[in-house]
Amino acid sequence: MADEGSTKTQTAGVTRRVVLATGAGAAAASILPLDESAQAQMPSAHVETGRKVHLSALINGQRVSLELDSRASLLDLLRERLGYTGTKKGCDHGQCGACTVHLDDRPVSACLTMAAKIDGRQVTTIEGLSTGQDLHPMQQAFIDNDALQCGYCTPGQIMSAVACVTQGRATDPDAIREFMSGNICRCGAYVGILAAVEQAAKVMEG
Amino acid sequence: MQGLNYTFARSAEEAVAQFAGAGGSARYIAGGTNLYDLMKLGIERPAHLIDVSRIDGMDAIETDGEVLRFGGRALMADVAYAPVVRDEYPLLSQSLLKAASQQLRNMATVGGNLLQRTRCMYFRNGAGSSSMVGVYPCNKREPHSGCSAIGGVDRTQAVLGTSQACTAVAPGDWPVALMAMDATIETLGPQGARALPIAEFYRLPGDTPHSEFNLNPGELVTAITVRKTPAGRRSTYHKVRDRESYAFALASAAVAVEMEGATVRAARIALGGVATTPWRSSAAEAVVTGSTLTRELAIQAGRAAFADARSGKQNAFKIELGARVVADALIIAAERRA
Repeated sequence: MADEGSTKTQTAGVTRRVVLATGAGAAAASILPLDESAQAQMPSAHVETGRKVHLSALINGQRVSLELDSRASLLDLLRERLGYTGTKKGCDHGQCGACTVHLDDRPVSACLTMAAKIDGRQVTTIEGLSTGQDLHPMQQAFIDNDALQCGYCTPGQIMSAVACVTQGRATDPDAIREFMSGNICRCGAYVGILAAVEQAAKVMEG
Repeated sequence: MQGLNYTFARSAEEAVAQFAGAGGSARYIAGGTNLYDLMKLGIERPAHLIDVSRIDGMDAIETDGEVLRFGGRALMADVAYAPVVRDEYPLLSQSLLKAASQQLRNMATVGGNLLQRTRCMYFRNGAGSSSMVGVYPCNKREPHSGCSAIGGVDRTQAVLGTSQACTAVAPGDWPVALMAMDATIETLGPQGARALPIAEFYRLPGDTPHSEFNLNPGELVTAITVRKTPAGRRSTYHKVRDRESYAFALASAAVAVEMEGATVRAARIALGGVATTPWRSSAAEAVVTGSTLTRELAIQAGRAAFADARSGKQNAFKIELGARVVADALIIAAERRA
């Protein structure tokens, strides 16, 4: 499974999923890519080998070329192959918005985007929103306005919120609520989210 | 999900040729928001996906002043925000903007949306993809296996166009608006190109609820056309849901009217969320045509639309709700500037 994409992950240092997996007594010392002993522990009664597709895409500004199962979702490619675990899997059926990423600058649900479709295109995840140590104005606005509790939906919320402003839809509270309705927050941080979008819109629109 | 081939088609002709070469188990995929979802649920099982989302020119949104034409792979978001659609056909734009979420509208296409399959929970969740839910018979999913919704949990089921075999609601909003506007669907298939009125595109469930569309194997929706009518601007897509946004319709109405003062010269009324197909109501149209539009008359029209409705245990509310949605939509449309 070695590929250009996974190289990036292995340089990312200790991730929370490594800690979690190690804490749970898993044999795998490094998680991505799975080593054979880890794969052997997975339930494998019905594992089918699918056909492969080759794709090359620009993900968070990095060129990624790899082969993968034709059935894979963009979400699983990002999380399981490339280590961009900021993008969350909520419902996996396009109903919650936790997996929202930008495909050629437009928000999409990564769970319902077949990975094969991103060949030749650009993907931006929450990890690619800002460079260096500076937060994106929307990230800062979410912190300033307490726009989260558990944080699981937050990366998806922020990716939608950025598009809400850049597409000129942050015109009034109702328009923001309507635009953001595809991102569900079960902690109910909607008041803070609305305030964050309004704050960031002022900064982003200068 | 079984392994599958994934190929891109560069033209509609190439897509049809690839379908012929794949031997029956292929499906066209554009946005994939419905098809891929159903693959995950174990309902759709294609062995070959032919991606039509990059076909040159098939995303065009154009008009010659008389006919609006949407390429089959035009995105819902792009059609909804196209100035000509927003300004001249509010019901078409609204039907798209009140559907799904902004993320999904950036993925799903106006051609694929015509083929969206029902949200009936027994259809979606009863295929055995989740061990927590179990397996439920469904005539739409497995022909002649039975219907779990009839006599089951039926709050969201249809009250119009139902049969002894199926009460599943047609889920779309856009097809309802297109039904009101007498749109035409253009296709390309192994037998060549054809155009059919949207009224002939959908099949009532009858004894064969698994067969939903009048499309032949390998036939691809290449375009949708809408002829200009005097009742374009005075129109609305009114949709009532369990929550204000990002939900399927409990009841909706696409209404366009041509007015002469307070008198309705012509009306186009179609219903969503309540029927097994996008549902045109000529009975409701007849009530208001030629008369002065009042609140009372609008309600009468709404009731006429549901004269033949049949409810189950929990969905009778849709008959009253639906009638009032039609009435409200008529008033909203008539108040718009022509």
